[in-house]
Amino acid sequence: MKIHEYQAKEIFSTYGIPVEQSIVCRSVEDAVKAYSRIDSQKVIVKAQVHTGGRGKAGGVKLANDEIELRKHAAAILGMNIKGFTVDRILVGQAVNIAKEFYVSYVIDRRSKSAILMLSKEGGMDIEEVAKNTPEKIYKFAIDPSIGVPDYLAREAAFKLFNDINLVRQAAVIIQKLYKLFRDSDASLAEINPLVLTEEGNIVAIDAKMTFDDNALFRHPKIAAINEPTEEEKKELFAKSKGFSYVHLGGEIGCMVNGAGLAMATMDIIKLYGGNPANFLDIGGSSSPTKVIEAMKLLLSDKNVKVVLINIFGGITRCDDVAKGLLEAFEQIRTNVPVVIRLTGTNEKEGRALLKNTDLHVAKTMSKATRIAVELAEQQQN
Amino acid sequence: MSILIDKSTKLIVQGITGRDGAFHTSKMKEYGTNVVGGTSPGKAGEFVDEIPVFNTVRDAVNETGANTSVIFVPAPFAKDAMMEAAASGIRLIVCITEGVPTLDVVEAHSYIKRMGANLIGPNCPGLMSPEKSLVGIMPSMVFKKGSTGVISRSGTLTYEVVYNLTENGIGQSTAVGVGGDPVVGLYYIELLEMFENDPDTDSIVLIGEIGGDAEEQAAEYIKNHITKPVVAFIAGRQAPPGKQMGHAGAIISSGSGTAAEKIAAFEAVGVLVAKETKEIPDLLKSRL
Repeated sequence: MKIHEYQAKEIFSTYGIPVEQSIVCRSVEDAVKAYSRIDSQKVIVKAQVHTGGRGKAGGVKLANDEIELRKHAAAILGMNIKGFTVDRILVGQAVNIAKEFYVSYVIDRRSKSAILMLSKEGGMDIEEVAKNTPEKIYKFAIDPSIGVPDYLAREAAFKLFNDINLVRQAAVIIQKLYKLFRDSDASLAEINPLVLTEEGNIVAIDAKMTFDDNALFRHPKIAAINEPTEEEKKELFAKSKGFSYVHLGGEIGCMVNGAGLAMATMDIIKLYGGNPANFLDIGGSSSPTKVIEAMKLLLSDKNVKVVLINIFGGITRCDDVAKGLLEAFEQIRTNVPVVIRLTGTNEKEGRALLKNTDLHVAKTMSKATRIAVELAEQQQN
Repeated sequence: MSILIDKSTKLIVQGITGRDGAFHTSKMKEYGTNVVGGTSPGKAGEFVDEIPVFNTVRDAVNETGANTSVIFVPAPFAKDAMMEAAASGIRLIVCITEGVPTLDVVEAHSYIKRMGANLIGPNCPGLMSPEKSLVGIMPSMVFKKGSTGVISRSGTLTYEVVYNLTENGIGQSTAVGVGGDPVVGLYYIELLEMFENDPDTDSIVLIGEIGGDAEEQAAEYIKNHITKPVVAFIAGRQAPPGKQMGHAGAIISSGSGTAAEKIAAFEAVGVLVAKETKEIPDLLKSRL
């Protein structure tokens, strides 16, 4: 789950990580009011959207006076950045930047731990830095049983600064950032850039956090500020029914038990010349109610011309799955052709049950996919 | 032989009295796994399918000499269950539970390693050494005893692949589902090494998917250390970037972790990569 910069900065503040003075605004009038409250002539106006690359898209501007502020606020509010409409801007004090750095904690699959990443190349796209000049990124794996002790924070801070006073300031920020990363079950806590001001202070002038969806049950306050997009809402609805759904845009809707098999199914559709409409994993079991809900979800996508159901009956027996499908299709009346692939325990019995229906039944994934792709082509013509 | 589990496996089930725990306990026992006990705090003295229930893993280990544990407890309690198993002398911990917070796995894994034990999962189907032992939720009837080792990040996709192998007369030494989360226990490299050293394994099937760079690391490891033929399959060629495909770990982030990169990494070291699952048996036969 993602949050906005201003929300991340609020969390930073509660942990004592220095951020510049800033106020979130929803209108030009709000922005003017905010401007009068900020102790700085120069302010930065920043779009608040759940995506990167705001600067390049024109969503970050410096205003030297109220006229410029009005102009930028009006231009950025309502702007579309990578499909996100800007409905909030952050108006913040412009700081005098002497140097920019990068600091983050992320989960590292390889070391199976959180890692601290730092770089003197702040303010840039860190993935680019990692790709082109990996030697400019310093990494420290964090042992979860000891966290970030003073010595480690100091060692890390010395990678960015030589002056002991700056090292001390940075080390405190590094420790606090880990604490909030750990406390909130984040999967990313990033400051890019962390800025050394001309006055000699270290300030986080951007803040990015994402949280582990699996841990939201113990962070109700964070869960409460989730702002899913329309597409994510559909995915969340699917999740509440015990499914995983991702919209892809093709014409063959697919329903599969298991995430790996569901990915393999969308791949084989493409391999055989069709286009998968979605990824849909209905989970290990496949009860009639689940099939009905899943069919409703698939058919709500008007691009879907054919539905391909790919079930591997493992623990669930194929004859039980077939009975469930029959029950489901008694309730769902649709003109969309349905292809069913049923393999596994009691597969012959299962397929026999589906024999005298309108459903197209196949034994293998490749056969079922071939039928689905052909049917989709016929529907196009 | 086989890897990790065999006839000497003495298994306990943590969360044995729950719906899934009880159901799969019976399935494992029916298959011939030596299930010696289970735990459910406050339910000591009860039995599930004639298997004794204990309050703590320590009691279960002391009474039964268990060396392996399979965990079915709900996600909020999985970290504690994994650590309890490690603290009580269990050597192999298999966590089936889906949806465990990543930092919980990080902590539990670090502790398990310190205790010298091994973790498989979480969010995995467990493992299977045909005709010897089943630990987890894999459907036993698709398997057949043989000499191909199977390593996979997935559940039903593994069954699909194994089903294809069995139908084509290729049996399995051990099949391991490592789990679909970003952070899990034993992974490709450790398991590839075990299969390489297992005299009863003559070939390996590796089933990967999008997300992370473990397949790329595996390719590098295969190049330098594996002499047995390996055939790979990667799910998620059509996955869009930034979207989690069911498994928490199956996500292409910032353009990396794509199927194309993984396939290229395998092909560069001479590992055959199947375009669809049904090709796997023939590719394997071509290398044997």
